[in-house]
Amino acid sequence: MTAPADVTAAFQAKFPQATSRPSGDHPAFNLPVAEVHAALKYLRDEAAHDFLVDVTAIDNGVDASPRFTVIWHVYSTTRHGYVRLAADCASDENPVAPTVSDLWPTANWHERETYDLLGVKFENHPDLRRILMWEGYPYHPLRKDFPLAGIQTPLPDIEVAELTKASVKPAPMAGGPFVASSGEMNLTDAEPRAKDESWTERHEKPAPTSE
Amino acid sequence: MATEYAFPDNAAKTDAAAAQEFQTEKMSLAMGPSHPSTHGVLRLQLELDGEMVTQCDPIVGYLHRGDEKIAENMTYNQFVPYTDRLDYLAPLANNVAYAIAVEKLANLQVPPRCEAIRVICCELARISAHLLGLGAYGIDVGAWTVFLYSFEEREKLYKLFEELTGARFTTSYTRIGGVARDVPEGWNERVGKFCDQFLPILEEMLNLLTRNKIFIDRTQGIGIISKEDAIGYGLTGPNLRGSGVTFDLRKDKPYSGYEQYEFDVPVGTTGDCYDRYLCRGEEMRQSVRIVRQVLKNFPGGSFYAEDARKIFAPRKDKVLTSMEELINNFMIVTEGPLMPPGEVYFEAENPKGALGFFIVSKGGGVPYRLKIRAPSFCNLSILPKVCKGTLVSDVVSILGSLDFVMGECDR
Repeated sequence: MTAPADVTAAFQAKFPQATSRPSGDHPAFNLPVAEVHAALKYLRDEAAHDFLVDVTAIDNGVDASPRFTVIWHVYSTTRHGYVRLAADCASDENPVAPTVSDLWPTANWHERETYDLLGVKFENHPDLRRILMWEGYPYHPLRKDFPLAGIQTPLPDIEVAELTKASVKPAPMAGGPFVASSGEMNLTDAEPRAKDESWTERHEKPAPTSE
Repeated sequence: MATEYAFPDNAAKTDAAAAQEFQTEKMSLAMGPSHPSTHGVLRLQLELDGEMVTQCDPIVGYLHRGDEKIAENMTYNQFVPYTDRLDYLAPLANNVAYAIAVEKLANLQVPPRCEAIRVICCELARISAHLLGLGAYGIDVGAWTVFLYSFEEREKLYKLFEELTGARFTTSYTRIGGVARDVPEGWNERVGKFCDQFLPILEEMLNLLTRNKIFIDRTQGIGIISKEDAIGYGLTGPNLRGSGVTFDLRKDKPYSGYEQYEFDVPVGTTGDCYDRYLCRGEEMRQSVRIVRQVLKNFPGGSFYAEDARKIFAPRKDKVLTSMEELINNFMIVTEGPLMPPGEVYFEAENPKGALGFFIVSKGGGVPYRLKIRAPSFCNLSILPKVCKGTLVSDVVSILGSLDFVMGECDR
């Protein structure tokens, strides 16, 4: 078996539904989410991209649809090139993507992380638990509607919580840090300002206006 | 149902057979999150059958700070100090990796002098990180002396870092489009002198371990990772090379001018703890080799990209004398360096492995999404596989040989 010389052309011939994705560096494709598993299998077995570097997702914004885009990066240890695959999740409320942990065991932890921080579920994942946050944590912090300071939540250990009456509190931002918003906009909007997420010992955190 | 376990010698195997006859009960043991051998706040939830590990579930996240969330809320330059705290044993290398990733997004080429400074930074950081890895590994398996030697050398490196960046530990040295300041007068000579005196000490240090009977007994044939597993589990850095895979991004996808320098990529043959140790030792020698080559042909010119006017903040003397530069400085500081929209992924060969940054920009001075691909995170994911069927004391040996940093793993 020899890998095709031009991976981009070969890939597009094999997966006609793949469209090229704007990219600053490596070849990148948009794919329907159902074809991702087959595409990655093809890249690994026939196009010599044997190293899964990273799995992650992008939250395109609360109002955007499709809201979640899952991104895979594969690398070829023999040809030293990357390929990026992207797939939009069909549902905005309950985003689902196929697991590739059967192809690469490393995907197991990457997918757990993506699920933990962005709430994208991976179908047929052997062990889809949270990984960086604790089990039972109610939010997905990398979603755009999650505030930078955090949200008040009960402690992971119920016994400790009952005993100490403590809970996980949002970070005391004390009016800072000055944060800017991403994206091209007019100067006044882009100007960095303290987000209204601050609380100190003297001033309570303002109640969230919308849920 | 008898299970076949990997044992270093037959005596233990007989014990295991006897133990199975008696149907021992399995025990659950939490190793960590504050256990000396877990090098930080990693918890291993072990299931033990006597001394044998039948299951290992690494629990990470104790040091999670939400760096990726923070990155979405600040300008590109503001995030540089956060990169110090990823792999906090090699902050300079993280700074460089991050800066190059953002420069790729901006399609910016930095001048040769800046690249050379960055290469020296990366390699000195690599030496410093491997020295700690080695010293701590020695302690883990019962060889204290190496630690004392390696920390003395690290102290010398910290002095050099302090001179260059103003900080020993949290260097925050790079800016998008350059570095914070030029190398100080006579610094290069001092780096050269460090290299000259370091090599003999390194040999002395490695001699304490390489042929040490106790060290060999505790590492050779322990924690073997096959080539396929190493790739499958996404291992990078010395852990991958220890398994015999020639994967070094400095060679394979050269950045920051690495293609000009001659160096060898050491690879292991069996993929055990001992091979990973040997790879680290050799990498330090190669790092010295690279640093010497950079120093020999140290380029002149500017240490920042002068054409990057909306990205690299102008020099202070210009800000205070020219209105235009003052405005420019104000815009870069408040709005951040102006970046085009786009997506880039860049990985650098860091001491622990390939540290990657995936940046999604929608224009402006703030990333829309910044994903950090942490090598330690991937390196740890192989633990359930490699720890299964080993002895508890070998788990310590395996952990030390993987040389991970929780600051980077948990982000």
